[in-house]
Amino acid sequence: MNLAAQDIRHNLGRFALTAVGIGLLLMIVLGMSGIYRGMIDDALVVVDRIGADFWVVQRGTRGPFAEISRLPANLEHRIAAVPGVARARNFVSHSVQREAQGRPLRMTVHGLAWPGDKGEWVNLVAGRPLAQAHYEFIADASLGLPLGERVPLGKDVFTVVGITRGMVSSGGDGLAFFTVADAQAIQFDESGEAVRLERAARLERGGDQDVGRTSPFLLQRGSGPASGIPALARPMVSAITVKLAEGADPGRVAATLAGWPDVSVHARADQEELLVRGMIDKARRQIGLFRVLLVIISTIIMALILYTLTLDKIHDIAMLKLMGARNGMIIGLILQQALLLGMLGFGIAWLLGGWVFPRFPRRVLITPADLWGLGLVVVFISVFSSLLGIWKAMRVEPNKVLS
Amino acid sequence: MPGHPDNPPAIEAVELTKVYGQGNTEVRAMQDVSLRVERGEVLALLGPSGAGKSTLLTALGLINPPTRGRIVIGGVPVLDGEQALVDLRGFRRRHLGFVFQKANLIPFLTALQNVQIALEINDHPPRQARHRALELLGYLGVAERSGNLPEALSGGQQQRVAVARALANHPDLILADEPTAALDSHRGRQVMELFARVAHERGAGVIVVTHDHRALDVFDRTLEMEDGKLLPPAPGVSPHY
Ligand SMILES: Nc1ncnc2c1ncn2[C@@H]1O[C@H](COP(=O)(O)OP(=O)(O)OP(=O)(O)O)[C@@H](O)[C@H]1O
Ligand SMILES: [Mg+2]
Repeated sequence: MNLAAQDIRHNLGRFALTAVGIGLLLMIVLGMSGIYRGMIDDALVVVDRIGADFWVVQRGTRGPFAEISRLPANLEHRIAAVPGVARARNFVSHSVQREAQGRPLRMTVHGLAWPGDKGEWVNLVAGRPLAQAHYEFIADASLGLPLGERVPLGKDVFTVVGITRGMVSSGGDGLAFFTVADAQAIQFDESGEAVRLERAARLERGGDQDVGRTSPFLLQRGSGPASGIPALARPMVSAITVKLAEGADPGRVAATLAGWPDVSVHARADQEELLVRGMIDKARRQIGLFRVLLVIISTIIMALILYTLTLDKIHDIAMLKLMGARNGMIIGLILQQALLLGMLGFGIAWLLGGWVFPRFPRRVLITPADLWGLGLVVVFISVFSSLLGIWKAMRVEPNKVLS
Repeated sequence: MPGHPDNPPAIEAVELTKVYGQGNTEVRAMQDVSLRVERGEVLALLGPSGAGKSTLLTALGLINPPTRGRIVIGGVPVLDGEQALVDLRGFRRRHLGFVFQKANLIPFLTALQNVQIALEINDHPPRQARHRALELLGYLGVAERSGNLPEALSGGQQQRVAVARALANHPDLILADEPTAALDSHRGRQVMELFARVAHERGAGVIVVTHDHRALDVFDRTLEMEDGKLLPPAPGVSPHY
């Protein structure tokens, strides 16, 4: 006969409620690790999906995920000419916060190198890739923009043509994929007055420079749209992504690019490392500490519950001792209940988490390793928290039956 | 049956003294009590409230060691003062059976399980334990309530389950402290007769603390306690002395 099971059957309601309480606590422990994993996953999703072998960035910087990096857009063509490079593409990415239908719309604008890149790789769940050079974009489902939605950004109106899922920035904002040109237009959108002032200033600056004096025609064009004067106002991108050709030697390509005095080259692994280490390291430690605290709190609460459960049975334990029950039977009674409570709590945490976590605003990613880890922690908590009750039970004298 | 080496008494206690507390809260609950109960003998312990009957009984039951004195059970010295000479818990498990005024059943076990657990504690396999537990409950007239939790039983029924539990392991010595207080006189007498039968048939020693003078004829011998001391046998109370 199993005493633990009989006791639980007799106190089913109370036991179930306790299990639910512990389950909720464990669910938060699980959720904490899930939030952390989700952050890493979110941070890496763009780098992973783009799948570039190298990231070419402004000399001396560590790339667009760490700090501001500015490169001329035409560098793309220079890199594409390097032997062993299959593809070089401009990378443009920046956050904007606007309003759409009266609610704040925060998104990360991502530039696709049209026409080479129409966004086929972004994992569409609805709609289609970009089909024209302007005024279309693919939106992540988390932005809540339906297909066909028209969103004014800068001076233009853009239409959602495709929906993707799970594409978010390391900050958790949904990505929106535009052509590079559109992305820059959104980034550098200036009011008419600002443009007019800049043109006038440009004329001034040009007049002071040698080129302005020797080429008055160029100066005249400088007072017009910026697109007419690539030599004076170059369009900027954040980075160039490089995909190697089949069989190319990565070391040689990297060496070639690194030899250029105006750029720095980082491998994909470096960028990932940068994201994980640099951006979310503090968050990781923060969450790690929270998890430790929660585990300690769970242990204390469970120990208290098991202690009171034992206190309630102290008279019965005395009776068992009076009848000559061995310590193993009494320890088993407490320990089995602790383990069962822990296991039930774990199951509840798992099931409830599976239902609750997908409804969180940011991704909560539960990996099997984390689940196993928590399982081990639960076993440890259960055993540890039953010690207080066991200690109490061991000290009970059989003549306590008489009082 | 005088005790000789081959047939030691069920229990022999020599000059038991129990002092509770110390200083000015000191209570001398038992003073130089010596007694001897043969196997197969049923003994009644009488006395006013506070006389020290429970103190004596729990000392003999190895759950409340005396301050001084020696206890020998079945020829085995088990206690010398507060010092245990054997594993007391193991000794209780194998040789002693207890019944108290309160049934002290385990509330989350059914009547049947309450008897069964006593057998399982003594290493009986569960099936066999269950079988014997049912038999005992039938013997005590509570078989039909075997599946009920103690809270669903009357005080008397609970007490009979407790008696069944005490008898489960065929103890050599049964100690009962006012076991029939919760029973009507008919049931009370039945329990006393049951103790007597177990004593006579199985050679167990039985000591019963009781206030019920109507059932005294069931006992082989009667002892009286007062102020922590045993009174000399009073002729007339018991037919044997
Ligand atoms: N744990 C204890 N601490 C201090 N004094 C105690 C303790 N237990 C019993 N006593 C005292 O010892 C004396 C004998 O008590 P005991 O319980 O043995 O009497 P009793 O004969 O069983 O009485 P009753 O018939 O009322 O059950 C009493 O004066 C009692 O107050
Ligand atoms: Mg008493």
